[in-house]
Parts: sequence; structure tokens; C-alpha cells
Amino acid sequence: MKFLPLLWSSLWRKKIRTIFTLLSIFIAFLLFGLLMTIRGAFSFGVEIAGIDRLVLIHKVSLIMPLPVSYLARLNTTEGVTMATHNTWFGGVYQDPSNFFAQIAVEPEPFMKLYPEYKVPPEQMKAWLADRQGVMVGVDLAQRFGWKVGDRIPIVGTIWQPKQGQVWEFNIAGLYDGESGIDKTQFFFRYDYLDENRQQGEGLVGWYIVKIGDPGAAQQMGATFDGMFANSSAETKTTTEKGFVEGFAKQVGDIGAIMIAITIAVLFTMILVAANTMAQSVRERTSEVGVLKTLGFSNLSILALVLGESVLIAVIGGGLGLLAAWAFVQQGDPTGGMLPIFVLPPRDVAIGAALVVALGLLAGVLPAMNAMNLKITDALRRA
Amino acid sequence: MFNWIGQTLAVTALNLRTIPQRLGSSGVAIVGIAGVVIVLVSVLSIAAGFTAAMQNSGSPSRAIVMRSGADSEMTSGLSGAEVDVIKQAPGLRRDGQTAVASAELYVIIDIPKISTNTSANVPMRGVQQTAMAVRNEASIIAGRMFEFGTNEIVVGRGASGQFAGLTVGNEFKSGQDSWKVVGIFETDGGVSETEIWCDARVLQGAYRRGNSYQTVLAQLDSSDSFTTFRDWLTANPQVNVQVRREADYYAQQSRALSGLIQGVGFGIAALMGIGAVFGAILTMYTAVSTRSREIATLRALGFNTTSVVVSVLAESLALAAIGGAIGGAVAYLGFNGYQTSTMNFSTFSQVAFAFQVTPQLLVMGLIYALLMGLIGGLFPAVRAARLPIPTALREL
Repeated sequence: MKFLPLLWSSLWRKKIRTIFTLLSIFIAFLLFGLLMTIRGAFSFGVEIAGIDRLVLIHKVSLIMPLPVSYLARLNTTEGVTMATHNTWFGGVYQDPSNFFAQIAVEPEPFMKLYPEYKVPPEQMKAWLADRQGVMVGVDLAQRFGWKVGDRIPIVGTIWQPKQGQVWEFNIAGLYDGESGIDKTQFFFRYDYLDENRQQGEGLVGWYIVKIGDPGAAQQMGATFDGMFANSSAETKTTTEKGFVEGFAKQVGDIGAIMIAITIAVLFTMILVAANTMAQSVRERTSEVGVLKTLGFSNLSILALVLGESVLIAVIGGGLGLLAAWAFVQQGDPTGGMLPIFVLPPRDVAIGAALVVALGLLAGVLPAMNAMNLKITDALRRA
Repeated sequence: MFNWIGQTLAVTALNLRTIPQRLGSSGVAIVGIAGVVIVLVSVLSIAAGFTAAMQNSGSPSRAIVMRSGADSEMTSGLSGAEVDVIKQAPGLRRDGQTAVASAELYVIIDIPKISTNTSANVPMRGVQQTAMAVRNEASIIAGRMFEFGTNEIVVGRGASGQFAGLTVGNEFKSGQDSWKVVGIFETDGGVSETEIWCDARVLQGAYRRGNSYQTVLAQLDSSDSFTTFRDWLTANPQVNVQVRREADYYAQQSRALSGLIQGVGFGIAALMGIGAVFGAILTMYTAVSTRSREIATLRALGFNTTSVVVSVLAESLALAAIGGAIGGAVAYLGFNGYQTSTMNFSTFSQVAFAFQVTPQLLVMGLIYALLMGLIGGLFPAVRAARLPIPTALREL
């Protein structure tokens, strides 16, 4: 610790160079943080998807509806804790570019199946009392400046109301949740949809089934699919996690592209930083000689040079990660296209480890050179 | 004046000739700039490929009719009676008595993607006999057209490459239906190449749609007759539809996704560019500071300061140009024509497309590289020129 002032003053020996090195490392780790966030956003929250929840969709395709009558049969199957159904609405609020997910649900079972959505009890009561009520994610409410009690008109694209063109909803409550939970959804009541749509009565989009033993997911899925085999609406059951993963895979391997870019960025930065470090140590050959003459051991020389490069990396990289975190706190910059826009703690930890690794890698060659330098050579080179 | 040019050329030549002596730091600058150009060009080539596929799909001489309020083919719905009215509208091309228009169904079918082996939402289109006449760019490139009234299908070139089991002669089951692939078609690289086509009547049965369709795609009599066609239909109380030029429809479909890719691409490239500028500054700074004695000597000999500035800038630009060229070449060789597919969020269905490293993107990458070189060289150049000669001569 007592050498910190020495480290510090050698850092500022050439101000401009140090500042630019700091800045390039800063940019590298800012990018790292943002890329990891984008990567997470494109996995659509697969990390929080429940493993004890199964999703039943129509075997032919997700867009084919299932009869509502399956609910009773699922609920009476052994091993099922609870089942409910969801229906995709796909309406437009004011303009098609204001996209967000609207899903018709059965309020009570739905909220029981998804305990991660937190709703104040009085708002839940209001929702159960109002057929046109909706439960809106806090992020979505913030995006459009909605508050509880607001009336929201939505034009149906798939489902047309029996009267008029527009579906009207009242905001009964706002749901919140931990970071990583999609808080941009719009859950409204299935009974409202079913009673007022022109066609499609008694049809639902997909089923969510909570099972008692997550280990039995595979057999339970096979049981369900067997139950509805050879009917006009055969099903395909997957775990919710598998379902979300499949969805993310359809978008393409964004994760791999992001990691490839990150590697390219970090590799370039290590090259630049290492080169600068080497140059800076080379310039101080005679100083190293002086230090050694004064009695500094080889190891402490090694530690000094390494310490310097690690210090630069930690300051630049730490600030970069911090800036990325601050940026992500502002929320999704695309306005709704990336609902889960958070920097996962795991990636922050990986980033911190990379910062130290960068410092060590950049400093190791110059440090070894300085350590192995002979005093006579060092002093003569001046 | 001539003297100045002569001096500048001499110093610049000296600088450029001695680049190999500073291979390490010059290499770093080149690699840094090349990295930025690779990322910029390759990410934007994704957007370029996707947009090109969407643009190739829409012809301005065709109109697409959907239920009003529907934002995509997927959510539209038209009854058989509405389709009959639409086909009588003025302004669309007729071949004898029949309208050159095809009423179509647009649904999704689950088929595994070859690259991930997980199921994907492949678009399936039920068409009428007139479909090929409406789409004059479409042609069968393998096998034959399907027989109407049977469960035969033809598969787009893109779909055949991306999804499992879509090869001529193969038969596969989906739910209770089985489909037999009898041909492969292409549509000049448009998004239809990701689709599967079959008889609309057969698909109505398979997806329990009764006698309903989703869209009518019509050839216009001439490109100008669009207004006649649209106004007649929107004014007609028998139908509740919206009419768009096909080109406009696909442009709108691609806007969200290509906007996102471009936003992300430019954002990343801008940040990386800033990082690379710092890298270039560092490199040139190092290059200048190792030679400050040499530069001071030149100036002491009477070389003009501006020639020194120009020479340093020239070196930086040369390094940037090399980096930009390498980056462009790597992006082109690595990504041009790379086949992939993604999900089009407005219909949740798959779109196959190829990355396109266009000449414009390569030029843009090179300009970006030179810009980085210019900014990166400027500070060190000024510093080299401003350094007092006695100090510089004394420097190590």
C-alpha cells in the first residue's frame, strides 16, 4: 500500500497517454455491459421462466386456437397443481408502432400461477370486480403515462368487438416485479373478450399448467399430449423455459453474435492497452535501474509494474461498467421492443473479472522485462 | 510553395517508409480500426440483407387487400363474399373474364429449424390458381407446381434450406394432416421464399377456416389504377377493407426489425469507433513520441511545421486505410451471403434472408476508418509540431 503514491505519480507521468488509455478501457467495458444487456434482452427472460410450469400449444402451430373445454380435463389430471389459459389479443393502441403484448387471462388462477407479478390486494379486488379491468405492468404504464382508473381504447386486429371497432379497458391495477421480470404486459379478462368478440367463442390461445413435481415435466407433457391425441386440436407440451428458449432461438442467435463482438472489442483493447503499457515501461528503463539500485527486489518491481496496469484497468473498466449500469437503469431505449432490459449481476461479475484479467495481461510482458533487467544494462541505456 | 510541397512529400515519404520499423504499434492501430470496421459492416449487413429481402417482395404494380384494422396478413380476415366483391373491383388486371387476383390464407406451421433443431413458425400460404400469374417473378426451380385439390405443397428456396424435411419428394405430418413436397420455387429473393404454398381450399379445411380468406393479392391494370381500385373498395359498403400497395406493405413490415438492427449496429459501431479513435491517438502519439528527436531534427534543419503535421496525418490515414480495407475484406469474406432466418415480429413468422455486404457498406466502413485515422492523427500531429525544438532534441 505504501507504494500507491509511487504508482499514482508514475500513472500521471504522461497525462494524455494515461487519459486515453483510461478512456479506451472505459469504452470497452461500457460496450461489454451494453452488449450483455442486449444479449439478455433477446433471450426474453428465459432465466426467470418457471420450470414447474408447462405450456400447451396447438400441435400444428401457435396461432391455432384450443378449445376452452381442455381446462377442466387438465385441472382434474393427477399431478396438476393448477391450470389456466391465455389468449393473444394483438391489438393496436393509437399507432401500430406502440407495440406491447396484450393477453386475455383468467385473473385469479393466472395471478396464482405467476406469483412473481406483485399486485396490491385492493387492486386485485378491483380487477375481479370490473369486467373491463386490466392489470398493466409498471414499465408499460410509465411508457404511456397511464395511472389506475384510466380508460384505454384498443383496436382489435385479430378479434373484432360485436359493437363498434374499439375495445375499451379500465386500468384496475399495476403489477410490479423484480428486475428481469417483463413489466410491459397488459393482462385483461378473458370473459370480457369471449362475450364480446364476433367470432371464436370458447377458443383460447394456449394453456399454462403448474405441476407438483418439476422432475416429472417430461412424463406430464406426454400425458397431456396423449389426452388430446387424435382430436381436432392436438397439443404440444413444453416447459415454459423450453418454450421461451424456442421463441428466442427463432429470432436467431443474437447471443452468439453479441459474444463475438465483445471478444473482438476486448481483444482490440487488450492489444492497445498492452502496447501502451509496454511503451511506458520501456521509457522508464533507467528509472527501473535506479529503483533496483536503491534495493527494490525483483518481485516488488514486478508488482509495481503489474499494479500500475491493473490500476488503469480497474479505474477505466470500473467506470465503464458503472456507466453501462447507469444507462441500463434508464430502461429500454427502443420504447418497448426489448421489454427485459437489465444488466444481470452475473455479467457484472464476469465484467469485473475481465477488468482484472485485462490489467494483468496488459502488464505481464513489460513487468517481466522490467523484473529481469540487469541494473548495469538499465542504467547504461539512458 | 513548391518548396513546401517538396518538404511535405519528403517527410511524408520518410514516415510511410519507416512504418515497418514501428510494426508493433502500427499493427495495433490497424487491428483496432479493422475490428471496428468488421463489426460495423457485418452488423449493418444483417439489416441490409433483411431489408433487401423485404423490398424484393413488394411490387408497386400489385395491391394487397386486408380487413381494415389488420396490421398484417396474419391478423386479417375476409369472407368468401368479400373476396368475390374485391375481385370485381375496377382497376385490377383481367385475363379475359377472370381477375388476375389471388385470395389467400396466411398461417403458421411448426417445423424444426435445421440450425437449432427446435421448432420454428414457418409461414404457410394457401393460394388460388391465379397465384403464379399474380406473382410474375415466381417460378418453380425444382420439381413441379402442386395439384390443386390435393395435399401437395411447393416450398420456397429459403424455407427449403432453413427448415427440416422440406425437400422434394418428402412427406411430413402436421397434426392430423400430412403434406407432400412436390416442388421448390423462387421469387427473386423475396420473403415469399421462406413460405410454403398450397391450395387455399385445402388449407381452409386443415385450419378450420370455413370459406374465409385473409388477403387478396391483385395485379393492377396499371400502376396508376391503384387509386381507382382503392377508392372503389373503401367506398363500397359491402366490404370493410384497407388497400395498400404491396411494396408499401412490406416496407412497413420490415421497418421495426431493420430499425432495431440498424440502431444497435450504429450504436455499437459508434462506441467502438470512439474506442478505436483513442487507440489510434495512442498509437500515433507513441509513434510521434518515439521520434520526437527525429522530428525536432527535421525542424531544426528548417523543415516546415505544417509539413510535419501533414506527414503525421498521412501516416495515420495510411494505417486507417489499411485497417479499413482489411476490416471490409474480412466482413465481406466472412459474412456476405451468409444464410440465416429470423422472426418477423409483425407476423411472428420466420423470414429467411442472406447477409448482404453491399458496396455502399464497404465504402461507408472505409470512410469511417479514415475518419478515425484523421481524428486519431490530429492531436499527436499538432503536438509534434508544437514541441519546442530544444526540449525535443533533449528528449530520450
